[in-house]
Amino acid sequence: MSPAPRARRPVAVVSFAQAHNVRREDERNEVEMLMPVVAEVFANIGITKDDVGFICSGSTDYLVGGPFSFVTALDAVGVWPPRPESHVEMDGAWALYEAWVLLQEGEVDAALVYSFGRSSPGNLAEVMALQLDPYTLAPLWPDPVSLAALQARALIDAGKATEADFASVAARNRKAALSNPKAQVAHDRSVEELLGEEYVVAPLRRHALPPITDGAAAVVLAAGDTARRWCERPAWITGIDHRIETHAPGARDLTVSPSIALAAERAGVGDGPVDLAEVHAPFASQEGIVLEALGLAGAGGAGGNGGNGGNGGNGAGLSVNPSGGALAANPMMTAGLTRIGEAATRIWSGDANRAVAHATSGPCLQQNLVCVLDAAWEGA
Amino acid sequence: MAEGDALIAAHVLDYPYSRSVGPVIGAFLTGLRDGRIVGARTPSGGVVVPPTEYDPQTGEDVGEIVEVGPAGTVESWAWVTTPGPKQPLDHPFAYALIRLDGATTSMLHVVDAGSPDALATGDRVVPRWKPAADRIGHVLDIEAFVPEGASGGGAASGGATATAGSAAGGAS
Repeated sequence: MSPAPRARRPVAVVSFAQAHNVRREDERNEVEMLMPVVAEVFANIGITKDDVGFICSGSTDYLVGGPFSFVTALDAVGVWPPRPESHVEMDGAWALYEAWVLLQEGEVDAALVYSFGRSSPGNLAEVMALQLDPYTLAPLWPDPVSLAALQARALIDAGKATEADFASVAARNRKAALSNPKAQVAHDRSVEELLGEEYVVAPLRRHALPPITDGAAAVVLAAGDTARRWCERPAWITGIDHRIETHAPGARDLTVSPSIALAAERAGVGDGPVDLAEVHAPFASQEGIVLEALGLAGAGGAGGNGGNGGNGGNGAGLSVNPSGGALAANPMMTAGLTRIGEAATRIWSGDANRAVAHATSGPCLQQNLVCVLDAAWEGA
Repeated sequence: MAEGDALIAAHVLDYPYSRSVGPVIGAFLTGLRDGRIVGARTPSGGVVVPPTEYDPQTGEDVGEIVEVGPAGTVESWAWVTTPGPKQPLDHPFAYALIRLDGATTSMLHVVDAGSPDALATGDRVVPRWKPAADRIGHVLDIEAFVPEGASGGGAASGGATATAGSAAGGAS
């Protein structure tokens, strides 16, 4: 029996598609990367662009190096006549949130959400520094790896995790990625082997870092009977919420995530058992923080979520990141939306009944979105 | 068409605006120009450094500007072996979260410690200031923090020499 939804109108993820994640997409520009993804996300359920009443995308102009690049990206959908459309300079998970809010209003019954991130043309470390406070942080040019390393050392110093825990998370995710045909990095390596790698920024070794990825993804959301018509077993969004912490990393306790905990509470994660979690933890050191804040961590600590009992009956049957997560592929502005898509895929297939998807943004897990997907909509 | 005939259009990403940094960030940057580090007192009694106009936890307005440090304690650090071209030092260094004396939050800066073996969480560090005449009201008016007792940490004394231009102008 599924718990009562936190959301009012039944809205479900009914289709998902993603590009093959690669280090460098030389042949195709952003629009050309998106076109087959958008075509696939419609073809999966036998609909066309004329069947969605709203389009929302997530991307960042900073990667493209030019303003309003998302307008050009609309060519991937080819909407004519014009249709209500919006964009967030955020991960596509937040574009999905905006579309979900509009669907809650009841004026449209279906929406297309897509996102893309092509990091290869620029220096991602420098681009990412520009998201930080322009007076006190950005002039120091701290790269994402260094910021994550500050968080990782705080975890180690607090006794909450070890470097072996980080290696264990990386090994498990990348082994899982072997069964993900869209993964960029997938292999089966032992924790011992990974711990033999050099530090990139101590205390993080190569394996703890996400790959730099060019990628794109798309999702179709549909409400009520439209969802049931297009999808045999819709992944109903029973709760979704996003929260942010201060932009000053030095004003946060980096070993915990109050924003995830609050979003999880509001989305109703703890209302029932969870059998699948797709979490967006770009750095291996971050997965434990995310799972703990979601209430899905086992007794084994940051690295030990492989079958320990959590609260509320969670843990024993919990599968974490069967896709390999962001350690398998981390396209900017896209890896969060992909978590929702990967979780929904496993609801459709029957592999999961109640799943949690998580997306993050900003340095050291600053901003977070939590989405609960359920095979059943109570009362529906 | 020969390669030399190719049309080339320069595309420079720029932010050609003057910004006013306001009474709180402005006080921080002006303080740096003058060789002092300041923070803002929050309604709950904390001292936020670098200061924000609001309490980072509650969103309430902050109150008086207070001087902190200049020494502090390393709360966490990350050792950069291969600095990027834009990063503050051209040799291996640490990014660190530094809890300045009197502050209740940590400030991100760099520590020029020479070697990762010479740095540990909990270590005491002090700022190594640029010469007063070179300071413009910028976070890199502090070149780096250095372990307390190491050379170069004492240049803060007599740092109140005024330079041309406002702190706000230096933040471009």
